[in-house]
Amino acid sequence: MNVTITVNGQRHALDLDPRVTLLDALRDHIGLTGSKKGCDHGQCGACTVLVEGRRINACLSLAVMHDGEAVTTVEGLAEGGPSPLQQAFVDHDGMQCGYCTPGQICSATAMLDELRAGWPSHVSADLEGAVELSHDELSERMSGNLCRCSCYPGINAAITEVNQRTGDEKEAAQ
Amino acid sequence: MTYEMKIDSREETNRTDDMAQGVLGTDSARPDGILKATGAATYAAEPHPEGMLHGFLRRAPRIGQVRCPNLDEVRGMAGVRLVLRDARMVRNAAQGMANEAPVQGVDEAEYAGQPIALVVADSFEQARHAAQRLKVEIDGRDAPVDPQAVTPEEPDDKQTAQGDLDAAMRDAAVTVDAVYTTPSMNSAAMEPHAALAEWDGEQLTLRGALQMLKFNRNELADSVGLDPEKVRLLAPYVGGGFGSKLGISADCVAAALAAMELGQPVRVVQHRRNVFEVNTRRSETRQHIRLAADSEGRLTGLGHETLVSNLPQESFAEPVLQASHFAYAAANRRLKMQVARINRPAAGSVRAPGEAVGVTAFEVAMDELAAAAGVDPVELRLRNIPDTDPESGKPFSSHRLREALTKGAERFGWADRPAAPRQRREGEWWIGTGMAAAFRVNMIIEAEARIRLTGEGATVETDMTDIGTGSYAILQLIAAELLGLPQDQVTVSLGDTAHPPGSGSGGSVGAASTGTAVWLAGMELRRQIAARLGCDETDLTLKDGAVVQGNTRQSLGDVLAGAALTGHGHVHPGEASEKVRQATFGAHFAEVAVSDVTGEVRMRRMQGTFAAGRILNLRTARSQCHGGMIWGIGMALTEALTHDRRDGHVVNRDLAEYHVPVNADVPKLDVQFLEELDPWAGPMQAKGIGELGICGAGGAILNAIHHACGARLRDFPATPDRVLAALDALSA
Repeated sequence: MNVTITVNGQRHALDLDPRVTLLDALRDHIGLTGSKKGCDHGQCGACTVLVEGRRINACLSLAVMHDGEAVTTVEGLAEGGPSPLQQAFVDHDGMQCGYCTPGQICSATAMLDELRAGWPSHVSADLEGAVELSHDELSERMSGNLCRCSCYPGINAAITEVNQRTGDEKEAAQ
Repeated sequence: MTYEMKIDSREETNRTDDMAQGVLGTDSARPDGILKATGAATYAAEPHPEGMLHGFLRRAPRIGQVRCPNLDEVRGMAGVRLVLRDARMVRNAAQGMANEAPVQGVDEAEYAGQPIALVVADSFEQARHAAQRLKVEIDGRDAPVDPQAVTPEEPDDKQTAQGDLDAAMRDAAVTVDAVYTTPSMNSAAMEPHAALAEWDGEQLTLRGALQMLKFNRNELADSVGLDPEKVRLLAPYVGGGFGSKLGISADCVAAALAAMELGQPVRVVQHRRNVFEVNTRRSETRQHIRLAADSEGRLTGLGHETLVSNLPQESFAEPVLQASHFAYAAANRRLKMQVARINRPAAGSVRAPGEAVGVTAFEVAMDELAAAAGVDPVELRLRNIPDTDPESGKPFSSHRLREALTKGAERFGWADRPAAPRQRREGEWWIGTGMAAAFRVNMIIEAEARIRLTGEGATVETDMTDIGTGSYAILQLIAAELLGLPQDQVTVSLGDTAHPPGSGSGGSVGAASTGTAVWLAGMELRRQIAARLGCDETDLTLKDGAVVQGNTRQSLGDVLAGAALTGHGHVHPGEASEKVRQATFGAHFAEVAVSDVTGEVRMRRMQGTFAAGRILNLRTARSQCHGGMIWGIGMALTEALTHDRRDGHVVNRDLAEYHVPVNADVPKLDVQFLEELDPWAGPMQAKGIGELGICGAGGAILNAIHHACGARLRDFPATPDRVLAALDALSA
């Protein structure tokens, strides 16, 4: 089947077996292997990418379902230099083996947007209004991304730092 | 030139601390970090050579003789290039450092889930579909799958006894006599096992998800029938291992055979469900622990008797008793190991084989002893620290348990703890704290490394792997320290058998073994630089790319004058391991909340204090300890492979059903390291840190549960159903 997907700003016209997942399209057909296949079942989050700005498990989605859509992968986040989250993951050692890292970073990127949009989570005391990124909020919102090396302390420190910095910058701008 | 060293005796000179660059031991970012964070690090399955085909493993659904009646039909399916049923395919992954092929064959499935065919097709989707269409008929046979239901083997070399434990138990003021169990567990590394094989008619090149390449090369060569010289392995990035990638695996052998038959590159990635069964699990254990003590809690006797399991023809037996040999003093001792030969999937090394489960259960028994004797759990351990190895009388190379216990207790605020259980309540939650000691044997194995030095900088080369442990980071720091170079002038190239053979990653040996080889290579280069200047190596100060000797200071580039130097380091284990008992030590503290409505346990905080010789990179060492402690949370609360009672297959063979800790399971963790230089650990005086953090951690959590709510759990993990049953038993 023919499908056109824009990945990291670049248009890819592909002729794909309809069984090809979005993840395999990225890895095997477009050559972007930053997105990882950890389970192929939507259980680990290593394949997390942004589709139209929202985080999804690319392994649970067929490529042909995304005709005309825009996908951002971990490589896209690094265009023009590492993103603040990418650099913070290095600084706080939010990784060991690195295999879950692209998924963690894509997930965290979207998660911070969700936070700014005021989306509540399972642990939010209040369903309306602004959400503070407490330890519980952060770990709840990032629990779809497994890390077997168990770098959660570093991952959380990295995300917290970037969230704080973004907040400070906003405040300064105001 | 090669600088070769055997670790035979105490390190007296401490040349490491004479170095001037000042980077070793700092809190330093891993040089591979940015590649991982941006998706540029390439793992085994990720290169895509021209003409690459896709293989998919098909497995036996049951135990017994295997027949595939529709091979020809599958061979005719769209895109299918090969259906491989080759006697050289392997039954399960090789054990760590096996150095030869594991058990091979596809006609007899010895466990449910054994790979029995590889289907290769043009695309992944075609291969998967065709593999699913392959009919597999099993002429079933009865095979034991319950470790309790067979007469176990008792390997002679794994039984020890001193004194008379039965008499000590009879005469003791205080005793503990209880059985503890841990379930099968899985490494569950995030990267599934994967191989990409290329064959040019003479040479086999395989990118694999592997931990110990020099052994893996021989294992693969032996499996497929090639001279090891004709095999090159590449594993520059490995997505976690934790023991599951120690030995050559089914994907590697099948991919190699298919590539050799088809003359095209073949990639085989194990499906996540395969990963749980085709590679090795941590054996379940049954541990009967007996402790005899005087009224002050001083041990007079200890017994640790265990039952573990494995498949026929597997030499590995979970070394549960490894730390019990030296952890605590007691005159009367009995350690006993039994192995049940059963047909569950193969057992092998998983992070800290032995101590991960052995120390963890033993530390629960010690908590029970503390309660029975009315002695504080920290104090109880302090009273039982041996002066020398309790069995052999050999001295310890270095022993920091006392400091770990006292400094950890101080940092955690242990003194504020009420002695009795069930003292703190918040709504439905009981709050309590617990602790455990940590022990892990320390080993050094043979390793080699090379450093090439020019005026532009240095390149470290070894076939060592970095499975997330931080090899890139520490080897860069060691070379930078020895050669007086800024870190960014040292490149580290790993994971290629064309490089000198390092130790590989496993058993926490990497840092001290390959690290020492790099240290020796660096020292060899220092000697060569000194020779160019006509001075002794000890007269050199190397810092920031400058060479200072006496009153002269030159740039390294000027001293080398365009020359490229090569230093080769080669370390061997020596008599040190005979002369002294060497281990790493630590202490775990945990605070938990236990719901008496649901039986749920939530972690509140954890503290770990560890001594592992010189810490080479504070940041990556800390991450290793976080990882170990969080594995302890999994072991204590959620992780258990469930075997089907009929055929032993793993029922919960995926990441939705096998519960590794997620972000929300993990509280704030605090890690501190004790300053230690172990003089018996080679010129860097560094020991392994990758496994110590898990040893005992789960015990601290179960002890905290007891302190919180009074329920004593002896079966891991403490899932809500078990906690509720234990709470019910208390009020019954």
